[in-house]
Amino acid sequence: MSILLSNKTKVIVQGITGKAGSFHASQMKAYGTRVVGGVTPGRGGEKWEGLPVFDTVAEAVAATGADATGIFVPAPFGADAVLEAIDAGLALIVVITEGIPVQEMLKVKAYLRNRVNAGLKNPAIIGPNGPGLITPGQAKIGIMPGYIHKPGSIGLISRSGTLTYEAVWQLTQLGLGQTTCVGIGGDPLPGTGFIETLQWFQNDPDTKAIVMIGEIGGSAEEEAAQFISKNLTKPVVGFIAGATAPAEKRMGHAGAVISQGQGTHESKIKALKAAGVFIAQSPSAIGDTMVRALRDRGVKP
Amino acid sequence: MKLLEYQAKKLFAEWGVTVAGGKVITKASQLSAAIKQCGGKYPVVVKAQVYAGGRGKAGGVVLAKNLSEAKAAVKRLLGNRLVTIQSGKDGVPVKALLIDPGVTLLKEYYLSILIERSKQLPIIVASKEGGVAIEELAKTNPDAILKTPFDPLMGLLTHEARAIAKWLEIPAAHRETAVKQLKALAKGFFATDASLVEVNPWALTKEKGMLALDGKVTFDDSALFKYPQWDKLKTADADGPSEAKSREIGINYVALDGTIGCMVNGAGLAMATMDVIKLHGGEPANFLDVGGGAGVDQVREAFKLIIADKKVKAILVNIFGGIMKCDVIAQGVIEATKSVKIKMPLVVRLEGTNVDLGRKMLDESGLGFLTAKTMDEAASKAVQAAR
Repeated sequence: MSILLSNKTKVIVQGITGKAGSFHASQMKAYGTRVVGGVTPGRGGEKWEGLPVFDTVAEAVAATGADATGIFVPAPFGADAVLEAIDAGLALIVVITEGIPVQEMLKVKAYLRNRVNAGLKNPAIIGPNGPGLITPGQAKIGIMPGYIHKPGSIGLISRSGTLTYEAVWQLTQLGLGQTTCVGIGGDPLPGTGFIETLQWFQNDPDTKAIVMIGEIGGSAEEEAAQFISKNLTKPVVGFIAGATAPAEKRMGHAGAVISQGQGTHESKIKALKAAGVFIAQSPSAIGDTMVRALRDRGVKP
Repeated sequence: MKLLEYQAKKLFAEWGVTVAGGKVITKASQLSAAIKQCGGKYPVVVKAQVYAGGRGKAGGVVLAKNLSEAKAAVKRLLGNRLVTIQSGKDGVPVKALLIDPGVTLLKEYYLSILIERSKQLPIIVASKEGGVAIEELAKTNPDAILKTPFDPLMGLLTHEARAIAKWLEIPAAHRETAVKQLKALAKGFFATDASLVEVNPWALTKEKGMLALDGKVTFDDSALFKYPQWDKLKTADADGPSEAKSREIGINYVALDGTIGCMVNGAGLAMATMDVIKLHGGEPANFLDVGGGAGVDQVREAFKLIIADKKVKAILVNIFGGIMKCDVIAQGVIEATKSVKIKMPLVVRLEGTNVDLGRKMLDESGLGFLTAKTMDEAASKAVQAAR
């Protein structure tokens, strides 16, 4: 079991004929993802590695019955690609694209809220600006190296890419496999946040414990901490990057900036501790902290 | 990307918001002409054009009652460094001054437009207590602040702007102007992909009614591709030449005070690397995310940035090779090291795809790399090497 994605999920790739889209679509197929086609405007009717390419997402969905998409289009077209996927009714939209303007995501989110209020389907949007998601041993939509993962019972949520790989690698080396790893992305307005993902892991019977990797900036970790203390029974291990980050500086990720005293490392750690989260003090201790959390709570992975 | 006050106010004027109508000078000899262009009356306000906040308290804003006072202020500020609470102890250089005509302030308000991440909506923040630090006010008297979220698809509605103007108790004769200015600022916020528009103070004046006495605008760096007119300002607000250079070559770099230079792929891992250095008793000299597809060119440019910082005594390279294979990265590190001629100890930690081959290449290069298998080991070696 897993959340969001399995080897049965039918996936299309938006931007499949581009350099990044093409490369990662191949990698995804090789990992076991059921890739059923791709979309590149103006290239409809062509084939990519034997799979059909469509001009629009709606055509791709009608022809293939796809229920998920991976978006690899350049940033100026990113928001429109997400809107197109929403309108086509896809249930899972994974946005790898980095650098989508914040105001465009702001409008996407408002558009989505209006649709949901009108009773239409609410898709899970993962990203933008993240590594994607993977259900080890089954399928991945994203850019993460598959081999560092291992099927198992730990769920992982993160705002970062390579730091997620670091954490996954530590878990795998300790023999702790993962149900699903979700990279929610480093942008200020992620499609899906910590809270929704935590709820999905709480509901997933195969997920026994959760790793949550946050970073400075915003208040998503503080809000997640409140949610954890009220709603989660499974042990959670937390790490927050940026203890040494200066204020008012954007640390690579558009969302990673301590602004007007908000979003500090200290505030996030304090909130997570109060919620009973097991804190990894060092990024190299995420795996070990999970071992301790499982032992303390008497949970068998 | 940030704008200076005079640039922000020029933009406000284009949007239809009244400003004092001053002139900017970069040389002392331009002062008299600027005062004439402002109307030739006293007092005038001499304002240092710097990005750091806390300018007023630091003496960066001077009310001059006559020409000799104005000249004295220009002499003290222009070409010198201004130390404010936000500037760091070395201060920031004052390269330009804004000469504004003096106005009679009847009332000062606070106004800003930004995106509230937790609500995922744009909000207008307003207060009757203008001219003060809003962060302080939020702590001491949160009831004095009104936050109005609004729909990004519709923009700020007229009735929402009216409600804000009423809450601020703007005198009836000036309400309509205030509503127009509020709507103009909200429209401008969207028209420029801004992440912050701040008017502090937004003032009621005897001479010109409601006007933006000060202005701050920050643009979303991710949206700059839409606005080629800002290209030449892209690096103007960088802290120092290294940061400006890094923006030109597309590497995320932030200068810090420590002695260990860092090169990492991925922003989260880069921050975590700084943190682990600190846990081992060292101090990072920088944040540097070399990006996902770090090739030889980018690695070389990153090394150049790091060694341009004279405080650096050791370098830590931490790369988790995912899609990018470790042997390719090792090759990049080897070639870049040879071409840049790095004299300080260099600790390399590689993990990921083809890691064994990558490590072997580093060991056999004869370049004396200190290699490490884990982040802890790498940090500990780098801290020792920097001592």
